[in-house]
Amino acid sequence: MAKEEPLLILKDVSKIYKGGNAAISNINLTINKGDFICLIGTSGSGKTTTMRTLNRMIEPTSGEIIYKGQNIHKIDPVKLRKKIGYVIQNIGLIPHMNIYENVTIVPKLLKWPENKKQAKARELIKLVELPENFLERYPAELSGGQQQRIGVIRALAADQDLILMDEPFGALDPITREGLQELVKSLQEDLKKTIVFVTHDMDEALKLATNIVVMDEGKIVQAASPQELLRHPANEFVRKLIGEERMLQARADVTTAAQIMLKDPVSITLGRSLRSAIQLMRERRVDTLLVTDDEDHLKGYIDLESLALDSSNRRATSVSDILNTKIFRITTTTLIRNSADRILKQGLKYVPVVDQNNKLCGIVTRSALVDMVYDIIWGEKNDTAAPTSPALKQGGAQDA
Amino acid sequence: MTGLSTWDQFWYYFAHNGFFVLQQFTRHFLISVYGVLFAAIVGIPLGILIARRKKLSDTVIGIANVIQTIPSLAMLSIIMLGLGLGVNTVIATVFLYSLLPIIKNTYAGMQGVDANVLDSGRGMGMTKFQILYLIELPLSFSVIMGGIRNALVIAIGITAIGAFVGAGGLGDIIIRGTNATNGGAIILAGALPTALMTIISDLLLGFIQRKLSPQTSD
Repeated sequence: MAKEEPLLILKDVSKIYKGGNAAISNINLTINKGDFICLIGTSGSGKTTTMRTLNRMIEPTSGEIIYKGQNIHKIDPVKLRKKIGYVIQNIGLIPHMNIYENVTIVPKLLKWPENKKQAKARELIKLVELPENFLERYPAELSGGQQQRIGVIRALAADQDLILMDEPFGALDPITREGLQELVKSLQEDLKKTIVFVTHDMDEALKLATNIVVMDEGKIVQAASPQELLRHPANEFVRKLIGEERMLQARADVTTAAQIMLKDPVSITLGRSLRSAIQLMRERRVDTLLVTDDEDHLKGYIDLESLALDSSNRRATSVSDILNTKIFRITTTTLIRNSADRILKQGLKYVPVVDQNNKLCGIVTRSALVDMVYDIIWGEKNDTAAPTSPALKQGGAQDA
Repeated sequence: MTGLSTWDQFWYYFAHNGFFVLQQFTRHFLISVYGVLFAAIVGIPLGILIARRKKLSDTVIGIANVIQTIPSLAMLSIIMLGLGLGVNTVIATVFLYSLLPIIKNTYAGMQGVDANVLDSGRGMGMTKFQILYLIELPLSFSVIMGGIRNALVIAIGITAIGAFVGAGGLGDIIIRGTNATNGGAIILAGALPTALMTIISDLLLGFIQRKLSPQTSD
């Protein structure tokens, strides 16, 4: 099979109300199967409007939306909506139906047999960790968080693979909200659902989304992964929406080795003599040398200790004779978050950074890490200072 | 007869004309119920319609309000010009007076349904008709029933006046009383069952309303 086609494609979708008021204009967006898209923006940014065009609750004025290769304008809205789960902020459970009836509304509309509906309802209520006897209760007898859990499983009852959620957890307290966020995230990951999620809470978006779409005044300002968004906010608006504090906190999460490494590591090639190695160490005032082959591929390291050991019998003549190949290395794209722990705990003074081809690119020193940690704890106003500051301490960690 | 108190006369009248009173009672009740029933058949759909099209609501409720301001005796006379003497005129009058409470309550009931429930119903792929009978009507049922109760109470009062155009009913007994010298007891024999009918039918409808209202908790 060829590459899987996107689940949803929005092409130049606009909604213009009478009087020329554009709620959204020229929205272009591709949503793949399994994506968790967060539409985020301030009130009136068009995020809810965009979401509601997807199940034809709002008809766009122009542009087209392709769902599984079919223009949704040509699908009967009633049929389309039965295939797309829908969860809204105020839950919208039907008060005179019990939980079982509420959960199985869409299956009922689709005329499923009773036993299939029963089985589905039982399966779903287990999924959200509520006791089975809740099925006989009425919505008014459940707490807000429990009601929204039901709201979520109601959107899954007919095996919908696309689910639209409009600020579903906006009205819940922080603890309940967190529980539901985790639930939705695991549902999305375990059941491979595609979710389009509207929110104004950046923490929520960063936590849940695989892709964040930032909207302002009916236009997409930036569409990117959470890491990308934190690393390269497109403009001042996105920066503000994310918040300075969050960007600093997130830096450790998204900083790669390439960003903080020193680009001029002290290295020597395999074939050189020990004499020249010692000379280099003295010149650069370091106690270890990284060893590469002639094409710059990292092979290992030599240090002063092994040199000193050898000095008694003087059998070794070239660098390769005392080469230590056991070396912890990271690649340029490694996130510092994932390796900082190891570097700090093992007491490594530095780690070499290589590219995909194992070519030596630089080193990350302990002091560069420490600088980053300081920035996170005490903050710093100047964004550009952090990446350059380790350079000032060049060689510091390599010093004997 | 002159030696008896009004109360004794009242019982005497009942003892001798009990069957007649019962006959008029049934007739009175049926005239009212028919009027209200027709009004419900027209008024509930009309209420649903104006809840959908807000622009119409002012006009429709306005017209129903105007009807309500016409004195019932005048209304009976006007309709009598078209339908002549008899039961039909009274049923038509009752119908007109019952429209306002039924339309107004249906409209209010439909407006009162939580917009979020409607939105989620639509979003789940219900057709307009499914939204109406699965969500809107059950949720506005008790308000609509309130309108019908109200209409029936008004209707029973109007039917009493309907005796003037020869429709019969308990009003007929009251008119007999007013025409007779010292007819207080006869008036009571017509008026008390009318009042009783009002109270009983309201209680009965209230009971039905509670029984049929959809459950929202155990």
